[in-house]
Amino acid sequence: MRVYDTEITLPLFLGTAQYPSPAILQEAIAVSRCEVVTVSLRRETVDGTGAAFWDMLRATGTRILPNTAGCHSVQEAVTTAQMAREVFATDWIKLEVIGHADNLQPDVFALVEAANILVADGFKVFPYMTDDLVVGEKLLEAGCQVLMPWGAPIGSGQGLRAPDALRAMRAHFPGVPLIVDAGIGRPSDAVQAMELGMDAILLNTAVARAGDPVGMARAMALAVEAGRAGHAADPIERRDIAVPSTPVLGIAELM
Amino acid sequence: MQITVNAKPYDISAETLGAALAELGFASPAIATALNGRFVPTCARDTILLATGDQLEVLAPMQGG
Repeated sequence: MRVYDTEITLPLFLGTAQYPSPAILQEAIAVSRCEVVTVSLRRETVDGTGAAFWDMLRATGTRILPNTAGCHSVQEAVTTAQMAREVFATDWIKLEVIGHADNLQPDVFALVEAANILVADGFKVFPYMTDDLVVGEKLLEAGCQVLMPWGAPIGSGQGLRAPDALRAMRAHFPGVPLIVDAGIGRPSDAVQAMELGMDAILLNTAVARAGDPVGMARAMALAVEAGRAGHAADPIERRDIAVPSTPVLGIAELM
Repeated sequence: MQITVNAKPYDISAETLGAALAELGFASPAIATALNGRFVPTCARDTILLATGDQLEVLAPMQGG
C-alpha cells in the first residue's frame, strides 16, 4: 500500500495502548512486523514518563502515526495535532473528533472542518470516519489522501458491522487507500476487511487485550496478508445451489 | 501569579512560558505546550508572557490507539 508517498508492506497498523507491559507491546510490534503504530498525547507529569515511552517506541523503528484521540471539538483536535507534530516530528496525524459518548462515533461535520484546517497547515491527515460516501468525498475534497472508515465502535471487537458500506466505499473510491480503523476483534474480521479490498487495518484492543497479545499480533499479521492475497486472487461468486467440483462426465454406472 | 497547569492550580513567579516550565520542573524534551487552548511551539516559549488565570497544558507521548 502506498499512502502519502510512503510504501507500506504489511497492511496492519497497531495501536500502542492497553498492553499488559511495554515489553509485550514491543514484542507484538516485532512479531507482527507492523510498520506503523499510533500514539497519543496526554498530560505530562514532572517525572517525564512520556519521554521514556517515546524512547521505547522510537527504538522499535516503526513509523509513528500520532492521533487526536479523545478530542471532541475542532479546536481541540487542531491544537492536539499541532502539538503532536512538534513532539513526534511528523506531519502524519490520525484525526479523531469524537461526536458521541456512547459509541465514540466521529463527529463527521467537525471532522471535515478540522481536516480542512490541518491540510491547509501542511498535515497529512488520516481521518477516522464513519462509512459514509459523502463524508468520504468531503474529506477528499479537503485534501485527505486516505480514508479510515470504522468497522464497528472503538474497542467493541464486533468486526465489520456494515460490510456492504465498506464494499460501496471500495467501489466509489477506487484509487484511495482505505484503512478500516476500529471494531476489528478477530483475525477473521481482518481477513474479511482485506477481502473486501480494504488496503489496511488499524487495530489496538483486539491485540492488546487478547489472552496472548503477541500470539494475536502474529495472527492478525497472517490474517491481513491472507485477506489481501485472497482479494487479489479474485474470489468466486457465492451460489445458492451446489455445483459438483468433480466432473460428471465419465462417471461409472455401478447400480 | 496564579495559573492552571494540567488542570491544577499553581502559584509561579516566572513571567514567560519557558521560565514557568523550568520552575515547575518540566525538564523532558518530549513535551508540547498549549496556552489557553492554542499551541505554543518550543521556539516561542521564551517570548510568551503569562498572565494570571492562564491555562497551560503540558502534554507528552502516551500509549494510544
